[in-house]
Amino acid sequence: MAKAYTPGLKVAARTTHRARRLLPIAGKVCVSVGDVVTADDVVAETFMDGDITPMNMANRLSCPASEVAGLMLKQIGDSVEQGAPIARSKGIFGAFKTEVISDATGTIEQVSSVTGQVMVRGAAIPVQVRAYLSGKVVEVLPREGCIIENDVMFVQGIFGIGGETEGIIRVACSSHDQILEADLITSEMKGAVILGGARMTAAALRKAIEVEAAAVVSGGLDDEDLKELLGRDLGVAITGSEKIGITVIVTEGFGDIAMAARTWRLLADRAGRIASVNGATQIRAGVMRPEILVPLEPGENEHEVDPTLAKQAGMLDLGTTVRVIRDPYFGLLGEVSALPTEPAVLGSGSRARVLEVRFPDGATAVVPRANVELIEG
Amino acid sequence: MHSEPDLPDLDPDRIKVIVATDCGSTTTKAIMIEEVDGVYRQTFRGEAPTTVEEPFADVTVGVVNSVTELQELSGRRLIAEDGTIIRRTSTDDPVGCDIYISTSSAGGGLQMMVAGVVREMTAASAKRAALGAGAIVMDVIASNDKRRPHEQIQRIRELRPDMVLLSGGTDGGNSTQVVQLAELVAPAKPRPRFGGAYQLPIIYAGNTDARDEIERVFTVEDDATGGFDLSIVENLRPTMERENLGPARDCIHDVFLEHVMAHAPGYDKLIDWTNAPIMPTPGAVGDILQTIARTQGINAVGVDIGGATTDVFSVFDGTFNRTVSANLGMSYSISNVCAEAGMDQILRWVHLDMEERELRNRVKNKMIRPTTIPQSAEALVFEQAVAREALRLAYQQHKEFATTLKGVQQQRTVGDVFSQEVSGSSIVDGMTLDLLVGSGGVLSHAPRMQQTAMMLIDSFEPEGFTTLAKDSIFMMPHLGVLSSVHERAAMEVFEKDCLVVLGTCIAAKGQGKPGKPCFSYRMSGGTTASGALAYGDLVVVPLGAGETAEVEVAPARGFDLGNGPGKPITRTAKGGPAGIILDARGRRLELPEDPEQRRQAVTRMVKATGMYDDLELAPNGA
Repeated sequence: MAKAYTPGLKVAARTTHRARRLLPIAGKVCVSVGDVVTADDVVAETFMDGDITPMNMANRLSCPASEVAGLMLKQIGDSVEQGAPIARSKGIFGAFKTEVISDATGTIEQVSSVTGQVMVRGAAIPVQVRAYLSGKVVEVLPREGCIIENDVMFVQGIFGIGGETEGIIRVACSSHDQILEADLITSEMKGAVILGGARMTAAALRKAIEVEAAAVVSGGLDDEDLKELLGRDLGVAITGSEKIGITVIVTEGFGDIAMAARTWRLLADRAGRIASVNGATQIRAGVMRPEILVPLEPGENEHEVDPTLAKQAGMLDLGTTVRVIRDPYFGLLGEVSALPTEPAVLGSGSRARVLEVRFPDGATAVVPRANVELIEG
Repeated sequence: MHSEPDLPDLDPDRIKVIVATDCGSTTTKAIMIEEVDGVYRQTFRGEAPTTVEEPFADVTVGVVNSVTELQELSGRRLIAEDGTIIRRTSTDDPVGCDIYISTSSAGGGLQMMVAGVVREMTAASAKRAALGAGAIVMDVIASNDKRRPHEQIQRIRELRPDMVLLSGGTDGGNSTQVVQLAELVAPAKPRPRFGGAYQLPIIYAGNTDARDEIERVFTVEDDATGGFDLSIVENLRPTMERENLGPARDCIHDVFLEHVMAHAPGYDKLIDWTNAPIMPTPGAVGDILQTIARTQGINAVGVDIGGATTDVFSVFDGTFNRTVSANLGMSYSISNVCAEAGMDQILRWVHLDMEERELRNRVKNKMIRPTTIPQSAEALVFEQAVAREALRLAYQQHKEFATTLKGVQQQRTVGDVFSQEVSGSSIVDGMTLDLLVGSGGVLSHAPRMQQTAMMLIDSFEPEGFTTLAKDSIFMMPHLGVLSSVHERAAMEVFEKDCLVVLGTCIAAKGQGKPGKPCFSYRMSGGTTASGALAYGDLVVVPLGAGETAEVEVAPARGFDLGNGPGKPITRTAKGGPAGIILDARGRRLELPEDPEQRRQAVTRMVKATGMYDDLELAPNGA
């Protein structure tokens, strides 16, 4: 296989980003090509079939299923109100009639003569898709949605929880390696995207929820704190639908780990600007990582070199800066100092292709190529 | 001399060169099988990334790449100018192959929703049919599944299955309930994954008397959502006492090919290329395991532990069962294994000091960066401990699912009063299990075979005599589809190249007190050895690959090794790199509750097998 190492997450000072904004089912697109939209604008909408409420009418009327249709006061296609009568039994000699009231408001969709079931379809449910990213509509996908384009600063995280939101970037930590503690979060951060540094503590996250911040972005998070935040142990990394009152993005990994210095600087330099943030993570077929998008002005960040992409283009090479992403050196940054071609025997006894990393203190270590990712220089 | 995909008649006698691929979610694996001196052998293998996703969006690109690797390694030209796989017209032709076959689990495999009237009866039978056909069962809807009808409808609406299997009622019985189920499914309008105008296939395999009503319910007029494509097959539970899963399974395979595969990128081409229908990967694994069990007259269990899921297959007395544990795996799902089993259960297999907070973070880091591998010996010990629990949980689910038919009326006699046997008891019996095969990264790529053997023993707890093996390069899918075309070739390759026999486990069933006698043994043939084991002991007697030994074991009172409690038994045991493992730790296998005693017990086990010998072990991976 061609790549034995993990390409790093994308951290781009300036890139043209296209956001596909699609309805789950066909509907109406509210924008046209060339329209300029803001993150909050509705770009497409539709109605989903309403909920179905089944009613076992034969049971309720105490009659055979085949007689249900004849006892209905409302017919297929008729509108009904919750609590209003929709069927009445014949009774005994015209007396003791049983009246059945509707369990739901909606339209009668089906009356079965085999099972005696009546289906009431509720009102259609509106579904709206917002722009999420401010920018220009560059393509309309008829009945599906649109594509919005803008030049943005783009930061991918490694893991997140919570869905799409936006807010002004507020810097809480003074450096990329400062732990995000609760006392660094203030009430002025309401509605903001809070920039931390290294690990964020459970108390800091509770405080962020308390001040109604939109999102918190920091380098690391303890699994125990995640468990406390979610109220359960997260089993599978498919996230985005959590309703915990905040979106959280971890940029590096679990445990005590500082945010990459360049990522932190790029975000901190944009303090006061609006960022679109999505914590949704899916680590399976079709990987989805959390993201932070900051729309840029023309010319802004244009001369910032993107070392991640430059290194990726050159692949793994001597002098490439990498981060070790597995114990016993987890989180350490270093430079590739040797690239032996032959597989080596690891401490675990397995044979694998390896590389040698030189850490800033001059020490070196041999690690499997699968256990490093490329990072900025 | 040769021609491009002009598919020849499948005359087994003229099939000498076979190319088979398995298109997995991430990798397409190709193997070449050739007849060498009258015996079929797997000769070359190649692999390439699967290409169903953008930018290729054509599965055949990955197939051609993997077969090109075969071509380069074998020196035999297999790919024609136009990029197709060359078929040869005569057995002298040095170019091309005689047949090309494939399996597929790319694009998420086959995802199904299953509905049946009674959860423990028709719904369970329907689930067995779907799993046996190689599907991932997204949910089982049953009239008695304790969800209210509107909750069931809501659930159906959320799912996006490739097809729905609906069953319910015995032939000639009450048809109301199954029609009621259909009436829940139809208005919920489950939307297929492929969207658009794709007509969602519904397979009805229930009460034959209800067929007209089912057709009425699923005939949707004026429907912009695409409607349904209804297939009706024989009832999968025609009577309470009989399951008839074959027609439903066959129909699932047909619908898979006609609808699901046809919508996956490039599969229309691939279907034309192959000489036999493309099978879902797990369905093919099930087929080869059934073929082995049938031809050798044995009971077998196979397990494939992946990053996200664990599949367990079993054949006991000719009855096949398969389960998929969707969230038990070693990378994407590793965190779920820890959540389900509990960290205490995992750490009971570890003989080193490890700090729980640190381990929890490591587990999550593996989940979010699933491609990393253990570097230190400690990381390996921990990962193999997690694997034991993942396998144990998956097997437990399998045992609960693989049962005799529930709902069968039984006549009971006075003699049955003290028997706990009821309908619906598990047919999986550790004592009658002959062959246990493991595959998947953590088992196949363990640095030492003893580690693989011990992971299998600790999680499956085989009793009596059980041969342990691994499928080193996961060739079983290829051989499964091959067995439908050329059974002899499939069996020969399976025995000679696919299976790596690790050794034999001989384990006593029963519980005792530590240090008290459990069983004695005497071996002759490939090795000569004798001795006695106390309860709690584990002894390994080396016996090389390809060697066998006659083993006579005499259990102490209360212990069973296959011939009844306390009764001696003699059987032939196969050797392998892990040797013959004599296990007197008891069944069920329970480790001491006291942490220090437990650690001593695990340390003794580690030393007896030598599985971590010579590795530099230091606490906490330092």
